[in-house]
Amino acid sequence: MTQNKTDGPPRTVPIQSATFSGSVNAEIRRAAATGIYDIRGGGAKRKLPHFDDLLFLGASMSRYPLEGYREKCETSVTLGTRYAAKPIELDIPITIAGMSFGALSGPAKEALGRGATLAGTSTTTGDGGMTVEERGHSNKLVYQYLPSRYGMNPNDLRKADAIEIVVGQGAKPGGGGMLLGQKISDRVAEMRNLPKGIDQRSACRHPDWTGPDDLEIKILELREITNWQVPIYIKVGGARPYFDTTLAIKAGADVVVLDGMQGGTAATQDVFIEHVGQPILACIREAVRALQDLGMHREVQLIVSGGVRTGADVAKCMALGADAVAIGTAALIALGDNDPRWEDEYQKLGTTAGAYDDWHEGQDPAGITTQDPDLMARFDPIEGGRRLNNYLKVMTLEAQTIARACGKNHLHNLEPEDLCAITMEAAAMARIPLAGTDWYPGKPGTSY
Amino acid sequence: MQEFDLEAEGLRALNSALHAQNNDTNQTAWEILNPKGSHAIAVGLDAPIDVTVKGSTGYYCGGMNQQANIHVAGSVGPGVAENMMSGTVVIDGDASQYAGATGHGGTLVIKGNASSRCGISMKGIDIIVHGNVGHMSAFMAQSGNLVVCGDAGDALGDSIYEARLFVRGSVKSLGADCIEKEMRPEHLAILADLLDRGGVDADPSEFKRYGSARKLYNFNIDNAY
Ligand SMILES: Cc1cc2nc3c(=O)[nH]c(=O)nc-3n(C[C@H](O)[C@H](O)[C@H](O)COP(=O)(O)O)c2cc1C
Repeated sequence: MTQNKTDGPPRTVPIQSATFSGSVNAEIRRAAATGIYDIRGGGAKRKLPHFDDLLFLGASMSRYPLEGYREKCETSVTLGTRYAAKPIELDIPITIAGMSFGALSGPAKEALGRGATLAGTSTTTGDGGMTVEERGHSNKLVYQYLPSRYGMNPNDLRKADAIEIVVGQGAKPGGGGMLLGQKISDRVAEMRNLPKGIDQRSACRHPDWTGPDDLEIKILELREITNWQVPIYIKVGGARPYFDTTLAIKAGADVVVLDGMQGGTAATQDVFIEHVGQPILACIREAVRALQDLGMHREVQLIVSGGVRTGADVAKCMALGADAVAIGTAALIALGDNDPRWEDEYQKLGTTAGAYDDWHEGQDPAGITTQDPDLMARFDPIEGGRRLNNYLKVMTLEAQTIARACGKNHLHNLEPEDLCAITMEAAAMARIPLAGTDWYPGKPGTSY
Repeated sequence: MQEFDLEAEGLRALNSALHAQNNDTNQTAWEILNPKGSHAIAVGLDAPIDVTVKGSTGYYCGGMNQQANIHVAGSVGPGVAENMMSGTVVIDGDASQYAGATGHGGTLVIKGNASSRCGISMKGIDIIVHGNVGHMSAFMAQSGNLVVCGDAGDALGDSIYEARLFVRGSVKSLGADCIEKEMRPEHLAILADLLDRGGVDADPSEFKRYGSARKLYNFNIDNAY
């Protein structure tokens, strides 16, 4: 308070601008000093309409619940029933999203494979190709087919249980990837066929097809090479979910993977993460509408991702019409990323546990997003796999708890009618009635 | 010689028959009749066999080839020999866009012209084009060699890494970070071998060499476009 400091007329107190906040000004100063945009990992950090804005109604007079953990509530899901001779059968509808080797260490990839396998689900390669660690430790491994084609080869393609053609990612729809020179170890450089120590850009568009008509032929080629055995997924960022899903189905996808703007990334410009793409909550119903319009809902499966953290989130995704979810960031946290036990070291890096996102710099105290041998040695892939399995189990139990409360004997039986929304935004985006009403903005037959 | 009528028997039957060949096969010569512009002909092969396609093909002919020698007696659509690992693919006619895209190894010979983005993102493949190549050829080319006996279109070698480009004719323009480089004796020797493998009768000294200025290898704001 400066008012009573001196004699004379009262003065206004200093007022910080909401527009030019401390963090905005700090970023302006950082930009002015360095001349480079901020690159970081993780997903959108701003507050967005999200699954927390939806609630389940539970059973009541007109709905009959199932008993605690005794009455059966199934969780299995089959992905790729449209064309593949060998669809992927998973025990739980929570998959591990594609995260690149290069961004993650070999042991971290191994841990993801171990945890996913213990929990009866799949894991996914990423930019940079397939490593022996993850193939060896993953019962079901989805092989990403990315614009960069780093490490892409037909031998690994044939070893995959499914192929995921990456068109986009929620953190950066329309953007490519970046692995800065400091993370390019000999092994990473060799897999990518590039000199060590240089920045490696992953292209933002595929080199040998340009649109959905070409993609249809590309999918034909991939199916021919793999003898129509394995499912082909198409992954898109949350941009135009109705049309993207429609075109993915038209191009021949078995599975559509839809990643909203909260979705994590290994390294992207902050401006891209925070300002491009739609929150996943706004995307799911639109994708489901596309599937329904084409008569393909449940025939082509929908996996959604971007900020999935709990069994409640899983249940909400399923209720909105998804067949499964994928997790990236949450899986890394389960492995030990951003754990307060490393707080001293986060402080030395100018950050704090929970906020650490400079994964591209390769100095991760938890030894997960690094290629530095000393840091990597801190991470035990067996223990990591165990933790991931525990976490997946808890999420599944939580989702089942909710499903039983809604009277559902399979997670897939959750439906939009089980939900209400607690904000107008969520009601409008998810087309779920606002709590206490039977209305949501844009509801057909209403004029407002 | 195994003769295969693609029109009569279908693509699935063709690729399954070719995938059934292994290193010890005695069915080493295959002739594919009536390709009629079909896509994905002879993709994902992995055996030391000779395959001749009697006519023109659609997209991705010879995609991801390993070991096989594929000869197209005609022209090819987009993405011929994409992501090839080894073996050879020879095209008598012209090739559409993205010929040899992301190829890791082996040799691709195009006796006619190649369209835009020839050798895009190439990762070790050798590509020899008897005629011209279109714009954006060797975009983000990582390694391997692209030989162009005719002219190259706009933005050759844009954002190139360590691939070598040899062009005999004119280059309409060079892409970001691609520069002309000195042709030293070792390059002449490499080129002579490539020309020989590509069946080109030309004097290596008539070619110019292009490659990366390596100025975009690590981010620098002064190089941003
Ligand atoms: C470290 C890291 C690396 C990633 N690498 C890739 C990748 O190589 N390819 C890809 O399609 N997505 C990649 N992603 C995105 C994930 O596949 C997924 O879309 C996202 O993490 C889901 O959102 P969530 O992190 O909120 O769970 C990466 C994410 C992270 C956190």
